Amino acid sequence: MIATLGLAALWLAAALAMLQLVGGALALRANGNPLVAALRPVAMIQGMLASLAMLCLIVLFCQTDLSVALVATNSHSAKPLLYKFAGSWGNHEGSMLLWVAVMAAAGGVVAWVERRLPERTILATLGAQAFVSLGFYAFLLFASNPFTRLDPAAPEGQGLNPLLQDPGLAFHPPTLYIGYVGLSVAFSFAVGALLTREVSPTFARAMRPWVLGAWIFLTLGILFGSYWAYYELGWGGWWFWDPVENASLMPWLAATALLHSVSVLAARNALRAWTVMLGVVAFSMSMVGTFLVRSGILVSVHAFAVDPTRGQFILALLAINIGAALAVFGLRAASVTEGERFALTSREGALVFNNVMLTGALGIVLIGTLYPLIAETVGARVSVGPPYFNPATAIFVLPMLVVMAFGPLLRWRRDSMKRISPLLLVPATLALCGLAFGIWRGIGVLPLLGLALACGLVVASVMPLWGRKLRTVKLPLWGMVTAHLGVALALGGMASDSAFTKEKLVAARPGETIVVGPWSLQFAKVQPIAGPNWTAIEATLEAGYDGGKPITLKPQARAFWSPPQGTNESALATRWNGQLYAVLGEQAEDGRWQLRLWWKPFITLIWLGGMLVALGGLLALFGRVASDLRRLIAVDKIAYRRRRQGP
Amino acid sequence: MSEQKPSVPSRWALWLPLVLFGAFVALVLYGLQRPAEREVRSAMIGKPLPQFVLRAAVDDRPGLSFADMADGKPKLLNIFASWCIPCAVEAPQLAQLRAQGIDVVGVAIRDKPDDLKAFLQRHGNPFSRIGADDVSAIQFAVGSSGVPESFVIDGKGTIRYQHIGEIRADQVEMIVQKVREAGQ
Amino acid sequence: MKRLLLALALISAPLLANSPLPSAPYAYVQLEDPSKEAEAQALMQSIRCLQCQGQSIHDSDAQIAGDLRNQIRLRIKAGEKPEAIRAWLIERYGDYVSYAPRINSLTWPLFAAPVLLLGFAFFMLRRRFAKGDA
Repeated sequence: MIATLGLAALWLAAALAMLQLVGGALALRANGNPLVAALRPVAMIQGMLASLAMLCLIVLFCQTDLSVALVATNSHSAKPLLYKFAGSWGNHEGSMLLWVAVMAAAGGVVAWVERRLPERTILATLGAQAFVSLGFYAFLLFASNPFTRLDPAAPEGQGLNPLLQDPGLAFHPPTLYIGYVGLSVAFSFAVGALLTREVSPTFARAMRPWVLGAWIFLTLGILFGSYWAYYELGWGGWWFWDPVENASLMPWLAATALLHSVSVLAARNALRAWTVMLGVVAFSMSMVGTFLVRSGILVSVHAFAVDPTRGQFILALLAINIGAALAVFGLRAASVTEGERFALTSREGALVFNNVMLTGALGIVLIGTLYPLIAETVGARVSVGPPYFNPATAIFVLPMLVVMAFGPLLRWRRDSMKRISPLLLVPATLALCGLAFGIWRGIGVLPLLGLALACGLVVASVMPLWGRKLRTVKLPLWGMVTAHLGVALALGGMASDSAFTKEKLVAARPGETIVVGPWSLQFAKVQPIAGPNWTAIEATLEAGYDGGKPITLKPQARAFWSPPQGTNESALATRWNGQLYAVLGEQAEDGRWQLRLWWKPFITLIWLGGMLVALGGLLALFGRVASDLRRLIAVDKIAYRRRRQGP
Repeated sequence: MSEQKPSVPSRWALWLPLVLFGAFVALVLYGLQRPAEREVRSAMIGKPLPQFVLRAAVDDRPGLSFADMADGKPKLLNIFASWCIPCAVEAPQLAQLRAQGIDVVGVAIRDKPDDLKAFLQRHGNPFSRIGADDVSAIQFAVGSSGVPESFVIDGKGTIRYQHIGEIRADQVEMIVQKVREAGQ
Repeated sequence: MKRLLLALALISAPLLANSPLPSAPYAYVQLEDPSKEAEAQALMQSIRCLQCQGQSIHDSDAQIAGDLRNQIRLRIKAGEKPEAIRAWLIERYGDYVSYAPRINSLTWPLFAAPVLLLGFAFFMLRRRFAKGDA
């Protein structure tokens, strides 16, 4: 019953998307068509129907309705409710439905609230949105229907992969998807503006909240993913430059660049063609990322891509959407002028530098990720990993961060370094102190530069607040300062982790004491325990920092039974100055247990800084949306009064 | 005010993104077509075996060293283990090869003598020599990345062919052929 | 979702087949000399695990990865240089085994990319600002 409802809603939404596309195309030609007038309601209803379909799937998963094939293959009645819920998007079909639902809902919101832009541009934007959605609807309905029934129903589900049964990971994929889909709105705005030749500061202001929102979700998604990898994989690493990670990093880099260029366009009517281009590129990277992960073309393990036709389908969608958008760009961008001029030493100049460097880093990640595939065309196999990515991206990122230290202090249009150099005295001194400290400790080149920069940036990032009345500072400025401070902290955390981590691998018996860095661990005992759908062996470690009161750590080696698999659950002790990380390994023949222990000074700054980056985005988003709403309400009031005063 | 001179980016630059995107699509289309190769092949084909000495893994067969491999006759070097299920699957094929006069020598990876004895009793012992390797050293030496793998070695101790995974019944003739070729 | 793929490799590898023997002496044991251990670490982080191909041997629980860690630590202990060990592994498994691509006729574009990108950016910016300042 619910499955039928969901499928019906999905078909109806697809039909409305078709209508929306036709209406958008008509809007480009003539006004006054009844279909054109109905476009906004159509988009809103489409959004509701697609959301309803997703809701149906979630209900099916929560009820463990085993007459639905997707539920039977991916869920299990004995699974905790949270993971039943999260299981609805923890598979190919469900995640595609989530994608479509969020995309349609976002289109509905655009249709509902956006009134600043010329009507034609909005309608063209909705048409572009429908064009992208239609591909996904086709994909869902013809190639990966999430509501396929089983007759008779399965007696029991096959279970969800235990590694997915983790709160961090349950929300990692949807967060990334919402980010991807937010970029699709920016993409549609860019295409709509190109088609109607309306690239303007108003366009930038309409697009900005969507870019900001998408960027916040992408940031959070990457943070969740890296923290999950950090504690779940049990080796203390948090970023591996793996193709799937790169697939999530590339849209983020593009979105970050877009976020900064859109500010230039909104404030100064400059970088017009470039911003439109980035709008297309950012969503392209989302689709490229999705393709790389789903097709299994680069990853060595196929978890998703059991069906190679899926990769072909996504590639076809990618080629049609992005190819069409880039063709429109080639045709129309020549008529989009670059806009206002500015000097190299100016706020715009610094932001252009930011954009160039972020694009460069994006280029490096893309080339490095695809290079094994390029090599295969001539029959060779190569691997590209951290020894390439770390220095090659640093070439772009480190200079960009130097400019980030003073760029926000520069005035728009034209400025001089002489004016702001007194402000930079303190940050520069701190950076030199960091450098000296790093050299004294004899750390590697990249951590050294990262540490020095982080020290300088911590102060430099809050300098834009210097001399201002804090109560009058607007939210977007608070947002920028917070985000830049977050970048500084995260950089410091990364540098500290790679330079100062202490590792200890031991085989120990209960009763022994192990020392790692400033910690002293008493290995108390090992005992079996049982969880809801797993059993585990659990070690108890009493960890004392520098002779202080001990904290109990309980790393586990878990065994799941549906499906049968094992995981290592690391145990973490977090202090203000870092984390102690403990993993229980196998038992040797002589009865001793393998323990892997790390003391990672200030590693938490990576995620704390990352959260600040996202928080900064949120502050800016609130600030922008609040002022947009105020304007909207004011405009509505005037319109209402006019109507009252009318004949 | 600076004058509003419309600066239009050059035409070719505007089409550059589409060209690059086209190249990307062509690349991944090629990638999707190609057969997915998951195994890591050894790069040692045509190169001599390195020097090595392995102690005997069981009482009734001698151990294995480089000198034993370079005794003038071609051999099939089978890397296996009692704990490896495909190794049990390929046992009849190894017996067949033995019956056809192929000299099969084995290296048991990370094995316990008792387990190995039981395995050979159950699945037969086609090996003329079995070396014991408890730290996968011989695997790294010949560029092998799993069990079972088989290498055709010629009389001078040069690696001629690598077979990844278990030898299936329909592959026995091919292996015989490879060993005969190595003997010429 | 992303790291899941890799983790699957990590987890599923031992399930395929598991040797009853304990891990090799230096698979889970550090070298006594911290500077040599640091050398070994850096190398292990850039060598691909042969069984669970999505990960470095440093981050893998597969037995063959442990054996290779043992082999690498022993060689470093004996005074061999990390790059010599990398070359030794590449000789056996090809370039695929190393996450640090070598510069050769096949991989030079990879190393030219940063220079080309910087050059291209510089070229575009110069055109932009040369006009703007005029």
